[in-house]
Amino acid sequence: MSRPRLRVDRERCIGAGMCALTAPEVFDQDPDDGRVLLLRAEPPTALHAAARLAAGVCPSGAVTLDEPESGGV
Amino acid sequence: MGESVHAVTTLPTARPPGCPFDPPAELTEAQRHGPISRFTHFGGNPGWLITGYDLVRAVLADPRFSSRRELMNVVDYPLPPAPPGEFLLTDEPQHGRYRKPLVGRFTVRRMRLLTERVEQITTACLDAMEEAGPPADLVTSFAKPIPAIVICELLGVPYEDRGAFQEQIDAFVGGETDENKLLAAYTATQDYLAELVAAKRADPTDDVLSELTGSDLTDEELRGVALVLLAAGLDTTANMLSLGTFALLENPAQLAALRADPALADRAVEELLRYLSVAKSFMRTALEDVELGGRTIEAGTTVVLSYHTANRDPGRFADPHTLDIRRQSTGHLAFGHGIHQCLGQQLARVELRVALPALIGRFPTLRLAVPAGEVDLRPETADVYGVRSLPVAWDTEPS
Repeated sequence: MSRPRLRVDRERCIGAGMCALTAPEVFDQDPDDGRVLLLRAEPPTALHAAARLAAGVCPSGAVTLDEPESGGV
Repeated sequence: MGESVHAVTTLPTARPPGCPFDPPAELTEAQRHGPISRFTHFGGNPGWLITGYDLVRAVLADPRFSSRRELMNVVDYPLPPAPPGEFLLTDEPQHGRYRKPLVGRFTVRRMRLLTERVEQITTACLDAMEEAGPPADLVTSFAKPIPAIVICELLGVPYEDRGAFQEQIDAFVGGETDENKLLAAYTATQDYLAELVAAKRADPTDDVLSELTGSDLTDEELRGVALVLLAAGLDTTANMLSLGTFALLENPAQLAALRADPALADRAVEELLRYLSVAKSFMRTALEDVELGGRTIEAGTTVVLSYHTANRDPGRFADPHTLDIRRQSTGHLAFGHGIHQCLGQQLARVELRVALPALIGRFPTLRLAVPAGEVDLRPETADVYGVRSLPVAWDTEPS
């Protein structure tokens, strides 16, 4: 069974920190340039809601969440 | 949506009587008609007013809309481009050139490291208030000094020097309309910052401004960047602290809930940001024809984005005109959206998260010392909304 998978685009990232604020178990920021660091590309179920919220609030569209086609997460 | 287009002529100048936290009635009315309205700018130039959450967010994320000041089509004379370094009024790639060297200094982690220092500063302010006894002006004793000390330390500006720019910055974001006064304030601040940048270049210390002298930005650009950071750091959080306290005092059940359960602080801060949206609106100009909400925004036309009204959109937030510190407000537009989203937002969160609970914890009987209707509010024309002063009182321990 496939799980939702996260992708980040560090070129698009503006380092606002919304992902690291919203889902700190999943995202961090590079201490030098402030841009996104993906800690868990396939977060466990308990973190799905936070990861989804983080992807939704990213100001620059740098976080993408690929949901499995069957859904039901 | 109906055939006719709702029209708003010029930005409203007043909030509904007795509702100092709500958008002007004309904006709420416009939103009721639909997320986009025809709008006439200050100089009579035709434009659009966007009040719906989804459309405001869409414009902010759309590179076909520009932030460049010289493209703002709002008056009948050309506006000058932004002075070097003032990156709010630029597009890519200039914007990134200014912002990128700063981003690593304002991360969630870095700002949280300041928590202890913000607590110390807050404690000192509260101690001084307690010692002096009631009444107090919350603006001068609490809301202004906390963010001012923090941003001065972060940037490397001697706090004793704040007199050289704090009043001036108040003038140009606080709704001062006398053009001579505005120009004088701007010039004085620029002169001060030019000296400061030169001093940092000659003798770097451990702060953001000194670090920036190692980037490829010129002194003139550094001065502009420093101005943006100071103005944003001093004024916005100060107004969130004072207006936020006012809003809590006017919503006693919410205040009591926060006082009883400090774990609500994170949500309370997000909700106050949404509810108050002190940076009320920004503008963008279409670089090409853009279809938006069933309308065509013609190239060269300027749109006004009402963040405050968008954050009160009933399609996005249930019961939007109610302050509810337990709600999930994440996704609000108080810090904007897109590439210009507030650089200092994580700092603002730390300051608000520390200072507001500390204030209401220290003074369990905190109250307004004047009737709510007599609180001196900034004019609606100010870029950043807030109170000019907030007289408060509390019961002292019987001696």
